[in-house]
Formats: sequence, C-alpha cells, structure tokens
Amino acid sequence: MSVGKSILRVDAYDKVTGRAMYTDDLAAPGMLVGKVVRSTIANGLVKSFDLQEALAVPGVVKILTCFDAPAIDFPTAGHPWSTDPGHQDVQDRRLLNRRVRIHGDDIAVVIAEDEVAASRAARLVKVEYEEYPALVTPEQAMAESAPQLHENYPRNILKETTLSMGDASFEQAAGKAALVHQGNYATQAVQHCHIEVPVSYAYMEKGRIVVVSSTQIPHIVRRVIGQAIGIPWGKIRVIKPYIGGGFGNKQEVLYEPLNAWLTYMLGGRPVKLEISREETMLGTRTRHAISFDITSAVDREGRLLARRVDAISNQGGYASHGHAIIMNAMNEFKMLYQDEMALELHARTVYTNIASGGAMRGYGIPQAIFALESHMDDLALKLGIDPIEIRTKNHMQLGFVDKTTGITCHSTGLAECIQKGREYIHWDEKRKAYQNQTGSVRRGVGMAIFCYKTGVYPISLETASCRIVLNQDGSVQVQLGATEIGQGGDTVFTQMAAQTLGLHPENVHIVSSQDTDVTPFDTGAYASRQTYVTGKAIRQTAEVFKQKVLDYAAGMLKCDPLDLDLVDNKILGKDGKEAIALEDVAMEAFYSLDKQTHITAETTFHCKDNTFSFGVGFAEIEVDIPLGKITVLDIINVHDSGVLINPQLAQAQVHGGMSMGLGYALAEQMLFDDKARLLNDNLLDYKLPTALDTPELAVDFVETVDPSGPYGNKSLGEPPAIPGGAAIRNALLHATGVAVNSLPLNPQKLIEHFKAAGLID
Amino acid sequence: MKIIHLTVNGKPTEVAIDERESLADTLRKRLGLTSVKKGCEVGECGACTVLVDGKSIDSCIYLTLWAESKSILTVEGITGPNGELSPVQQAFVEEAAVQCGFCTPGLIMTAVELVGTGKRYTREELRKLISGHLCRCTGYQNIINAVERVVNETHKAIGK
Amino acid sequence: MYDIENIVIAKSVPEALAALAADEKAIVIAGGSDVLIKIREGKLAGCSLVSIHGIPALKGVTMEADGTIAIGPGNTFSEVTEHPLIRQYLPALGEAVDQAGGPQLRNIGTIGGNICNGVTSADSAATLLTLNAQLEITGMSGVRRVRMEEFYAGPGKVHLAHGELLTKILVAKADYEGYCGHYIKYAMRNAMDIATLGCAVHVKLEDGKIADVRLAFGVAGPVPMRCPAAEKAVLGREPDEETRKLFGQTALGEVNPRTSWRASKEFRQQLVRELPGRALHQAIINGGGEVQ
Repeated sequence: MSVGKSILRVDAYDKVTGRAMYTDDLAAPGMLVGKVVRSTIANGLVKSFDLQEALAVPGVVKILTCFDAPAIDFPTAGHPWSTDPGHQDVQDRRLLNRRVRIHGDDIAVVIAEDEVAASRAARLVKVEYEEYPALVTPEQAMAESAPQLHENYPRNILKETTLSMGDASFEQAAGKAALVHQGNYATQAVQHCHIEVPVSYAYMEKGRIVVVSSTQIPHIVRRVIGQAIGIPWGKIRVIKPYIGGGFGNKQEVLYEPLNAWLTYMLGGRPVKLEISREETMLGTRTRHAISFDITSAVDREGRLLARRVDAISNQGGYASHGHAIIMNAMNEFKMLYQDEMALELHARTVYTNIASGGAMRGYGIPQAIFALESHMDDLALKLGIDPIEIRTKNHMQLGFVDKTTGITCHSTGLAECIQKGREYIHWDEKRKAYQNQTGSVRRGVGMAIFCYKTGVYPISLETASCRIVLNQDGSVQVQLGATEIGQGGDTVFTQMAAQTLGLHPENVHIVSSQDTDVTPFDTGAYASRQTYVTGKAIRQTAEVFKQKVLDYAAGMLKCDPLDLDLVDNKILGKDGKEAIALEDVAMEAFYSLDKQTHITAETTFHCKDNTFSFGVGFAEIEVDIPLGKITVLDIINVHDSGVLINPQLAQAQVHGGMSMGLGYALAEQMLFDDKARLLNDNLLDYKLPTALDTPELAVDFVETVDPSGPYGNKSLGEPPAIPGGAAIRNALLHATGVAVNSLPLNPQKLIEHFKAAGLID
Repeated sequence: MKIIHLTVNGKPTEVAIDERESLADTLRKRLGLTSVKKGCEVGECGACTVLVDGKSIDSCIYLTLWAESKSILTVEGITGPNGELSPVQQAFVEEAAVQCGFCTPGLIMTAVELVGTGKRYTREELRKLISGHLCRCTGYQNIINAVERVVNETHKAIGK
Repeated sequence: MYDIENIVIAKSVPEALAALAADEKAIVIAGGSDVLIKIREGKLAGCSLVSIHGIPALKGVTMEADGTIAIGPGNTFSEVTEHPLIRQYLPALGEAVDQAGGPQLRNIGTIGGNICNGVTSADSAATLLTLNAQLEITGMSGVRRVRMEEFYAGPGKVHLAHGELLTKILVAKADYEGYCGHYIKYAMRNAMDIATLGCAVHVKLEDGKIADVRLAFGVAGPVPMRCPAAEKAVLGREPDEETRKLFGQTALGEVNPRTSWRASKEFRQQLVRELPGRALHQAIINGGGEVQ
C-alpha cells in the first residue's frame, strides 16, 4: 500500500543537491535578453516613441513597441478553453499595449546582447503620452466622469451579477428576525511572492516556437501563445521544468506570449525574458481586494434567516480571471451556511488602474471567509452566544446540494474539525478566562471555518490524462500533464500510481517536466484539482495498464487473467504465490519474436464531479495595545481533505498555507498612491513573513473517506491559506472588544482603532 | 575581463570575469553552480546565499572582484564525492523541509554555517538565524525542524 | 551584472583617497548593500566606484590608552556584534546592529556605511548618539574629528566631502563606563526590515536614581536625533512608571516625525511616547538593575 504513507518526496534529493533544474538554470549563456519598457503613467495612451538614444546603446539588437505588436486582443487567465464563446475569458490586452491601463504597463521591449545594455536602453526610451486621471478604487472607476479603460465596459464594470435564493425576500425575513445586523468588511490586494520570479526563454526549431517557462499550466500557455500571436497552436511547444513556486500567479499566461513573439520577430534567435521582482509585483497578478457589505437577519438562537451581500472586487487594469474570483467568493456565502428564508447576492468586478487581480491560492475564498467569518462573530457577540455555537447551527451538512451548481457534499468532517480545534486551543476555558480584561496587554482566542470545492466542475471543463509505459525491468514511467509546483504533486502521483498498479513507489518513475509535444493533456495546477481530477486519470490508466500486464502474463502462463493479480511488485496466482516474475513478463513483452508488444496505457478522465473539503483555524493572540502589535501565541488549522495520500507532505502543505494566511492577516498589503503607482514593489517593503514573524504552526486532520475521490481524497492545496485572517481578527475582538473589519491588522491601523475605542488616550 | 583566483567548493579556481559581475552571476553562469538561485537581486530573499570564508552572504549583492583569494562554498560542494547527502541535506529531505526547492540551497548553506559553529541553539535563536531567507511554501516550520535536528545532532557529537 | 562604468579596488586608505582624488565623480563602496542596490535601481547606474571593501586598516576594534573604544568603520555588523570589546563595553551597540536586515546582510553591511549613507533609520545611529560617538574623518589634507550629531546634514546627507573617508568611530570611556543601554527597533517585521522608529537609551544610575541618561531616535525626524529635554526631565528621578511615562511624553515635544506611506506621523508619535520608557526599563535590566 502506498497511499497514506509518508514517503519522502521524489524530488527532494535533486532539490537539496542543487541538481533540480529551473528555467533560468537551463538557459544557455549568451542568449539575447529582453527587457520590458514600462509606462510611467497608469492611465493614458502612448502617442509616440523616440528610440534614437536607446538604439544607440552598444549591444542593443532591436526595440519593438506597441505599434509593432499584432492587433490581437487575448486573454491571460489559466482557464480551460471554452467551446462556448459566451464563457470564454475576456480578451483585453495585447502583447504590448498602446492604451496604458496600469502604472508599468508593457509598452515596448528592448532586445539586447546582455542585461546591462537592455536596462540602459530601456531607461533611454522616450515616450510621449496622452494622460488620463488614474483610477485607484472601484468607486472612482464607476463615477460618471471616469475615463473608460476598455471598450464595451461602460463605467468600468467588467461584470455584475445578482442572485437571489429562497422563497422569501430579505425584508420578509428581517421582519421575523431577533436581530438584523449590517457590517462592512474589506480585504487588501496582496501578491503571491513565489521566490522564483517569472522567467522564460524562447527559440525556434524546425519552424516552430519553443518556450521554456516557469508555469503551472503548460498546455494553457501553449494555447494562449497561439491566440496572442495568431499562429496555429500546433506550431508552439511549451516546456515546464521545475518551478520555484506559483501560488496561482503562474496559473496565468504572463510573459510567454511576448517571449514567443520576440524570438519569432528575430527569426528564431534564442531570447530570454526575465521579469524582475519589482516587475513581478506591479506587472503580474495579485489577490483581488474585495469589499463586502453584509446584512444578516437571525433568530434568537442564532439561526440565519436571511442575508444580503453586496460585494465589489477591484480588478485592476486587465481582466485576467476577472469576475470568476468574486463569484467564487459569493459561492462561499451560499455554500458554507444555508439561510432559512432568503439569500441575496450582488457582485461587481470593476476595472481600475492598479495591478491586475488574478488567481491566488484560495481564489476569492480567503476574502470571503474574512468577511463572512468576521460577520458571524459580530452576530454571535450581539446575540450573546458562543461563536462556535452560531456556526454549528448554520453550517453545511452531509448531503447538501448546491442549487446552482449541483455540487454535493459527499463527505464532511467539519464538526470533528471544529471539535479538535476547540480542544487544542482550550477554547471553553480561554473564552471565559479572557473576558473583561484590563491593562495594556491582553489575550484572546478566535476561530473561523470554511468549505472549499475540489476543481472547477461544473463551471469549467475538468479533464486529465495519464500515460503509463512499461520498462524492461518491470518498472514504469508515469507521464502527466499535471504539474509539480512545489506542492508535492509528483510524489503523491507516484504513490497513487503505485497503489493501483501494485508496484512499489521506487518502481514508478514520474516524469517531472512537462513538454506539450509529448505530455498528455491536462490543464494544470490550480483549484486544488490535481489529486482529485488527475488522481482519477491515474487510477483509471493504472487499472487499464495493470490489466494489460496481467493479460500478457496470463498468455504466457496459459491461465485466466482473472486468476492473476499484481501486488507488491509481484504477479500472484490464485494461491497467492508468485506465479511469474514481473521482469520476465516485461522482457517477454518487449522482445518476444511472435508476441512482441510495448505495454502502455493512456487514458483521459473527463471528471464530472466535485466535492467539498472543510477546515477550521483557531488562534490565540496577545495584543500589546500601546504598540499596536499582535503576537500569535498559538495557531492551529484542522482540515478535512479526505484521505491523505502522504500525511507528512499534507502537513507541510498546511504549514505553508497558514504562513500565507498569517501574512494576509497581519502585514501584507500592496500600497498604491493616487497615481496608482505601487509603492512597495520589493520584498523589503512588502511584508512577507520571515521565520521570526512566524509562530509554531500546529496542524491536525480529520480523515473522511470521500466516495467521489479517486483514493477518498479531496482538495488540500489552497484551503490552508483561508481561515487565518478571520480567526486572528476574531481573537482580537475577543481580546479587546474592538472589531477591526479590514485587513491587514497591522500596527498603524490597530493604534487608530484603539485610539478611537478609547484604549489609548 | 579580469582574472580572479578563488577556491570554489574546495577547488582552486581561476576564472575570467566581467568586473561588473556579482558573485551569483559568476557562480551560476561561468562555473555552472546553478544551486545558487536568484529571487530578488537585492539581498532580501536569501536564495543566492553562499558561504564566503565560512560566512553566509547574499551573493547577488557581492561583487566577484571581492572574492579574490577567498573560499566559496555552495550546495554542490557539500554533497559527497559519490553523491552522498551531508547531514544537513539529509535532515531537509527527511523533515519534509523542501517544497518548491527554490529557497532550499540557500537555507542549507546557512544551516551548514550554523552546524559549523558546533553550538546549540534554541528554536527562537534559529528563527533569527534563518531570518535572512524568505520561503513562501513551508511557513519555515519543517525548515526549523530540520535545522534544529542537525544542529543538535552535531552539538551532541562535537559539543561546544 | 551591475551597470558600473569603472571600479578601483583600493587596498589601503591612501590608495582609496588617491583614487577618489583622481575621479571627482567616484562613489565609495564598502559592503555594497546600499550602493549596489542603487545601481540596480538605476539611480547610480553607470557610476564609477572606489571600493574600500575589506581594507585592513578600516577593520578591528581597539581600546586606546585613555580607554576610548575605536571601531573600524569597515567592520561588518556581525563583526561589531561579535567583537569581545563591544560585548564587554558597548553591548547595546552590538545588539542594535544585530537587528539590521538579516544575518547575511549583517555579514556584508558595514557600520561605517550605515553612518555615511545618512539615513534616519540606520540601526547603529541612535545607539551611537547615546554614546556621544565621535567620528574620525580622513582626507588628503589630514584628519579631523566630528561629533556624530553634527555629522548629519539632512536626509541621506552627511558632512563628508568628496575625497574624505570615515576612518574611525570613537566612544570615550566617560561615555560608556557605568552606563547601561538598550535599543528598540520597532518595525513591521521582526527581521529584514527598516525601523518604523528606532529608540536608544543609555542610562547611569546612582542610588537608584537617574544620574545621567541619553535618549536618541531614528526616524523621529529627518536625521537620527537626541532628545535633550526628555533627558533633562527625568534626571535625578527614580526610573519608576511615572518617570518612564514622563520620558516619552517629554520626547514627544522634541521630535518631528513625518507621514510617509510607510507610517503616519500620528503612529510614529504614539511610538515616540511609548518606546523611551520601555527602552529605559530594559536598559536598566540589561545593566543588572531592578525596576519597579
């Protein structure tokens, strides 16, 4: 049995010895270097360039501008293609943009022999603009007088959705409620901060473009390159080596199309395009800032009768994943809790001139949970009931079916997760002990719960393919379009394949790198989908493969294949003893003069199911009121992600998500000035937690067996980043009685709130 | 171009460089030591950490010219002649301290420096001593576990 | 690769002075953690450099015959922290510079560079001000000494002419003997950060009362600054809670923090009010004293 064991990562040796090759490690010295020329305004139009001085810099090979770029608008979101034009991603940018929509927009590119020449020339490009006022907030962007950023989107509203559920209206429910409470909750834009910046290089081979890139989604990158340049998709090959983290930012087609176009314009000469940390911060993608206005009507016991939610998402300059993010946030409101009478949702996504929002670990749910779970604590406080009690009264139960998507709760360990967290943090004692504190240093405990889908069905296509090929020694290669991005995908895929094949994991060789020329189709790493969707493809393919091996062995043994099984690297007969050595079967299949065949299997699993994972976060904090500082004394996440394929790696995955959640809760934020310039575009000014900012991270699991999961498993990758913000905010509320309704809970903001509350004179 | 003499992973090395190069550039592009990663190029992320005469530095903000006559150690230099893992590397593997792997070589070099002191450290001290490395995957939990384990094992063996 | 037009590697102070004299545009580079970053940003792209990295005469910490401690400006932060003389006589300085950046930065960044770049957030500055540090400046025409407080000319600017080098940082015996000190670096992170406010205190107690005290801030004004009124206000008092409150409250009238996107004036003022008392308290504990 391989599933459920904490085997060591299959890529760990290569990573600790420095042998694991990432994109820039593979780039040959001497390649040409591209450097993007960025706009120095946030909103406007490029009127003209003066390239004279830049072209005179020794080593400059070529400068291409927005006037040279193809007049093709293309999308960048890492979504599967939709055959329904109505569901295709918004196509709103070009390789280089004449219409400038963010500060630092891609308006030209210098290609030079080395990076110093490229940077010098980029600084010397002179640009004449027609400048419009910068739009930083959705409110500014929706104003009548605001300049319109994209054609067809009046008042800069990318999309607006209204959804009503239940038989009654909100007003009817409010009339029956013991309490009607309204609150505003706001989240900030943050950045993924994968340690490897986006980097790619491109060249041409036999008339085709090859792009090697640090991406989560090689097959989607290939498609979008084709769309952006306007060439047949088969003429493009994308290779993904090891990648230094993605977290959703590389679930985006970032600079690969531009890179492909550069080599194309230079007759196939190799060009490397590295995006610096500063450019990554301002010019790739972010987690959307979303603000929520929530009004709830509840009965005396805390049962939700109805809610009304009005939310606005700040999209930034380009659509990217766009409205899908806030709609996922809206899903959380209707899925985590069910209202007895009514739920009214209103969501708007609005273009502005700040950095563009895209996919980031949790896809709208960290925002939704901050708002929703803060609000639940506010309700509990008003009603005088325990925060756990109000959640228990309202949260999703086994068998729940979401009305709009049909997604069903096939398994749930949420109640057990809450119980485990409650015991770990000593909830009941501490909720009492920390009541009515005085003094300048106070403590509190808080919690938050969540649910999370697994993959994107039925909103988008869910499909995965797997190929398994036999070696002469009885071992196999497993090839997948699914990608290892640090999460441990390759290791758990190995375990899954070994489990179903009946092989030891050492005999399952996973092919780590993806190459769209040879890798079977899969849409890639996002939506916590791969262990579920790709897992189903692995299981199905391994079953087919195993049967082929047994059929062949049966032919050799002249017995019924049903009498054979492959267990523990051995082909067993009816009697449970080894009937024939697997290696002998493999050698015969490879070299038999009359029955030679290469035993392989390749299948695609079209997944038409989805399932919910669950979890809770509990935090105990101490707050130094005069200094505005929160110290996290203890924190735990408890997850129900179904069966854990590799418990040690699952725990490690949760650590990372908790850390991201802590940064989100306490410190991280992208700061824009009134010209929409990003002020903190580096890792000194952007406060990603260091080891000294991180407490000990406790993790526990409730292992349900999900009937829809290939091995009883469900989503795990993104959920750990979700509950931290609300759990800490609620602990602060408990400690001080002060409700802080926006993130991050950083010192300056806390001091302002404490002053307003009279805690600081 | 200028000729620089230095010892790299125990081997006396002579290399022609551009005077404008950082040590990270030279190690990666001229000497093929690609374990040295670049994540920010301004000394904030720690991915390019190497040891210069036994001290950890960010090689992205260190001019190669300054390395004349110095001894440089990278992850490639701590792996045994037949690929055997050093105790630090082994601890990182077993404690699941590796995820995307991009910060890993730099952190391993800081751990090698700490192990080299033969001292014992508390977890809080270790947090401070690795705080010049940013990691987005692990929350540092298993990295601290790995470093603590190997530091303690070494302290037991040679104790200071 | 850095956009550097020309670089001279000086092996001694006279070599460095000669190289500076020969190139009026040349910039001094020591540890590199400021200059290289500015080159990459483009602010200093295409510059000429004179490297004083590793010059032996700028290293080391010594005690002169009169007990004055002389710190070579070329010492890295970690060399300062680890030096036995610093640990024995100026422990608060060692601990202050141990909070700059992260460990790798502290192995290259120099204390001299920290002073000469003139920034108000320099982690060494507030503590050196509370030690009444003097700076020895060497030029082609000779050596001069200047009180550190008078060295600052404005944000990011110091009174150091082209062709001059900081060659020693001096702390007189009378300024450290009998004093205990503490530096609080208040920042958004506990590592890899610049101070939102830095607060240093050195204090001398006699019979449980404050016989002398010095208070200095970084980031409370355009340059690191002392707070003489606050110092005077608590002189002769017991360092009790009321005194600690008075210390910060008085300091508030002397500082001039500004609002930047990093922190508001009001936020920094709250810290100015709060930190001196806490630093005083900890300084006394560091000196083995007890505080009510």
